[in-house]
Amino acid sequence: MNIKDYENGSFLKPLASVKYLFKKPHTLRYPKETKPVPDRYRGLHINDVDKCIGCGNCRDICPCAAITMADPSDIRPIEIDKKGANPVRPKIDYGRCSFCALCVEMCPTGSLKMSKDLIYTSPDADAFVWIPLEEQGREPGFTQSDEITPLMLEAEEMEELEPEVRLKSFEEIVHGFTEEQARKEAMRCLGCGICMQGCPAHMKIPEYIQAIFDGKHDESTKFMLEDNVLPGICGRICTHRCQDDCVYQYRGDPVHIMWLKRFATDQLETYKDVEIAKMPSSGKKVAIIGGGPSGLSAAYHLTTMGHSVTIFEQKQRAGGALATGIPMYRLPIYELDKEIGHIEDMGVEIKLNTQVGKDVQFEDLLRDYDAVYIGVGLSYGRSINLKGEEHPNVVQAIDFLREVKVEGRRDITKHVVVIGGGNVAMDVARTVARLQEIKYGSKDTTVQTASLEDWDIMPASQEEIDGALEEKVIFNPAWGPNQVIFNEDGSIKGLEVKKVKHVFDESGRFNPAFYEDQKKLLEGDYIIESVGQMYNFEFIPKEMLDKLEFTPRRKVMVDEYGETTLPGVFAGGDLVETSKGDAISAIANGHRAAIGIDRYLRDKK
Amino acid sequence: MSKSYELFIGPNHPGIPGNFSVKIELEGDTVVKAKGDPGYLHRAFEKAMEGRYYIQNLALIPRICVPEPDINEAAYAMAVEDLMGIEIPERAKYIRTIVLELARVANLTFWMGSFAATLGLYTLSQWSFGDRDYALDLFNEICGARVYHMFIWPGGVRRDLPPGWEDRVLDYVKYIKERLVDYDNIFFKNVMFKYRTKGMAVVTKEQAIEWGATGPILKAAGVAQDVRKDDPYAAYGYLDFEIPTLTDGDSWSRAMIRRMELDLSLDLIEQAVKKMPKKGPVCAKMPNPLKGIVPAGETYAKVESARGEHGFYMVSDNTGKPYRVAVRGASHTHMFTIAEKVLIGQRLADVSHTLVSLDICPPEFDR
Repeated sequence: MNIKDYENGSFLKPLASVKYLFKKPHTLRYPKETKPVPDRYRGLHINDVDKCIGCGNCRDICPCAAITMADPSDIRPIEIDKKGANPVRPKIDYGRCSFCALCVEMCPTGSLKMSKDLIYTSPDADAFVWIPLEEQGREPGFTQSDEITPLMLEAEEMEELEPEVRLKSFEEIVHGFTEEQARKEAMRCLGCGICMQGCPAHMKIPEYIQAIFDGKHDESTKFMLEDNVLPGICGRICTHRCQDDCVYQYRGDPVHIMWLKRFATDQLETYKDVEIAKMPSSGKKVAIIGGGPSGLSAAYHLTTMGHSVTIFEQKQRAGGALATGIPMYRLPIYELDKEIGHIEDMGVEIKLNTQVGKDVQFEDLLRDYDAVYIGVGLSYGRSINLKGEEHPNVVQAIDFLREVKVEGRRDITKHVVVIGGGNVAMDVARTVARLQEIKYGSKDTTVQTASLEDWDIMPASQEEIDGALEEKVIFNPAWGPNQVIFNEDGSIKGLEVKKVKHVFDESGRFNPAFYEDQKKLLEGDYIIESVGQMYNFEFIPKEMLDKLEFTPRRKVMVDEYGETTLPGVFAGGDLVETSKGDAISAIANGHRAAIGIDRYLRDKK
Repeated sequence: MSKSYELFIGPNHPGIPGNFSVKIELEGDTVVKAKGDPGYLHRAFEKAMEGRYYIQNLALIPRICVPEPDINEAAYAMAVEDLMGIEIPERAKYIRTIVLELARVANLTFWMGSFAATLGLYTLSQWSFGDRDYALDLFNEICGARVYHMFIWPGGVRRDLPPGWEDRVLDYVKYIKERLVDYDNIFFKNVMFKYRTKGMAVVTKEQAIEWGATGPILKAAGVAQDVRKDDPYAAYGYLDFEIPTLTDGDSWSRAMIRRMELDLSLDLIEQAVKKMPKKGPVCAKMPNPLKGIVPAGETYAKVESARGEHGFYMVSDNTGKPYRVAVRGASHTHMFTIAEKVLIGQRLADVSHTLVSLDICPPEFDR
């Protein structure tokens, strides 16, 4: 434009506007004419309450405090017991809402959206507060984007030993986070606490992750020890049900809660400096049978409650399956020593090599102590009555693992068959693979597993299966053991297996059926049975054992405080129904029993 | 007996932009004293920001300035990015530029309407408010809101452009360019406009510099100073443009500078759309907003608003919330230093359009 053209004003030029008298006006004749609403319109909310998990992240991010979490059951029933969910849904106050849609951006499930509708009128001010539902029939507008989101959807990668390196020794596979990685991973946590429900011990996960983020590792460990006495161990071998519930699973990778736990505890050489509240001495004595995770958990918590505790452990090492079963490449011995050492430092007495029923009598414990806790676990291998299993080269997994881990066994044959498809079978197969690599350099060796379950229902965790596959373990899924086949000289030729028709019957019960005509031979001269374990109550006198009641699934019947039908006798760990067969649920019900014992002792006159 | 009397212009008066009052003392109908009277619009935004996570302030900052909210978003985002040491993706820079210039166009059309209205020409305000609405429709498409966009955020922008949006922006630019011919005819080339504004409320070059003027007031007095050129942000460094200046420093020059700025903005939009990378990320990876700690430090991020230099001064203390945020609105000096002086000697009928010619936007200083 040339400014000169403007300097001399004109009287006539404004008349140019007259032509607009004859033009069509721009204004829309509402409501006959409406404007199309764009796809990203930020109108009133809609929420798929069935998909929503009530995590409250929308409430936490709302800049206007417009969102509260409310029970929607009056308006619309929801599934109350949904796993990994709170039975509440966002309720929005449109008097406060600024329509910024940060709640939508932060929604980890993607259930909350904004609609293309912004018109709502009512003379009643209270009518502007409601729980948005999808049924309200509004058309979706602004929604989440996985590319641009304030959520950190991708997890930090964990470094591991390469398969060829890790086979050469029992070195721990997972390296653990560096400080920077841990901080980044801890930063991902939204602090909603949905994970706490998934954890059997209900650990204070958001708190300890926040402490890791703040670099306060002792504070983090303090939060862990409040519910879990073996955090470093659980940081390595836990079944991490918390991660399965993590809200990030819907749109990205769950937070690596387990490895964060490991990181924080690894930063402390001992837990001596962690501030742990301890009650004054009560003068009461408690005997604990079995030094496994549940026994250690009960002992530790009882000690903090002021009672004096003695653990009777049959083996040369406390820790139960952690000490004798789980291979070194998953759980190194020094970690056990550190955490059990901490329990001893707290004042728990551990009597090793002391078998109840032999070295000390159960009745004496009942007499000498104020309460007794049974946490002997499932420490005996379960036989499947396999034809030919009496041969010395057919062994139980639990014995094999103990020999390798505790007694330092290093001999193995060249061809090994493992029966089973659970995590223990994976431990066995991967241990065998290491022994074969160490002894034979993996030349002309095989280790194969046979499991009733096919890939889709294999009980072992996916990480374990992947690890085993990387270590060249051969899988025979859906092949059940039939009998051991012998050579003429009496040595084992192999395991005959038959094809599985189904594992569970129509009513969902374990009831395997086979195709009797489809059989094959898995060649091997050493067979390890890994199909489950059982308990042994021989140490309990018969007349008392008769009084001990069991559940229909042959677990010890306990009340909500872990007390059995024998007064003053408590039980926990894998013996009771609440166990899920992992360390964390044993730790959880050990803690629960400790609370029960404390209550019992304080009521006892 | 005093000859003078006091009159309130505002806070509710058609000649005042926003809830703000100017107390003027008159002798006859000549102003002898003028005093800005803020407070009607104070919402404690700066204090409120200290209590919220960095990302939560996204809902608050655009509300500092209604006609041109994007400058707040951009300056805030730039301050946070500076403190965190984050470089935003190239495409995001261009999108920000287009959005900021489109906001300037919307603001200037809005301003044209107000200015013409205070001079008694309401036709132009009907036209320009309508044309502004087409810009708001474009905003509505990219972010789902017409006025408070909350589109530019720390790390880049909130969403990539919807398909075909660039073409629609170019169509809009073309449309406005056609309309400007009639705008010129009816207003800028109107002899009444010239008579009412030539030689009115002069701010000379020396005065403008001394009184801390920025933006059109400074440019109208002959100083080619503009943040876009002097300290380029977003994609302005990649674009080719000259800062328009005039020399008289009067009300007419300021209006014409804004008219020239409108041309410049339309040109910048066209350039940016052409030069923008066609693909690529539009937002950098940002930390979890509930935990995202901004390292301790302080910064001042500034952008060129339609009124002048608009900046955010931010102090962080290594937490997830700002320690202190202060907003520099260009209108602050324009009102309390310049308007209070240049209004003296004016006739009462000229007070309103003088205030609009200085483009006083009360929410900027009365936050």
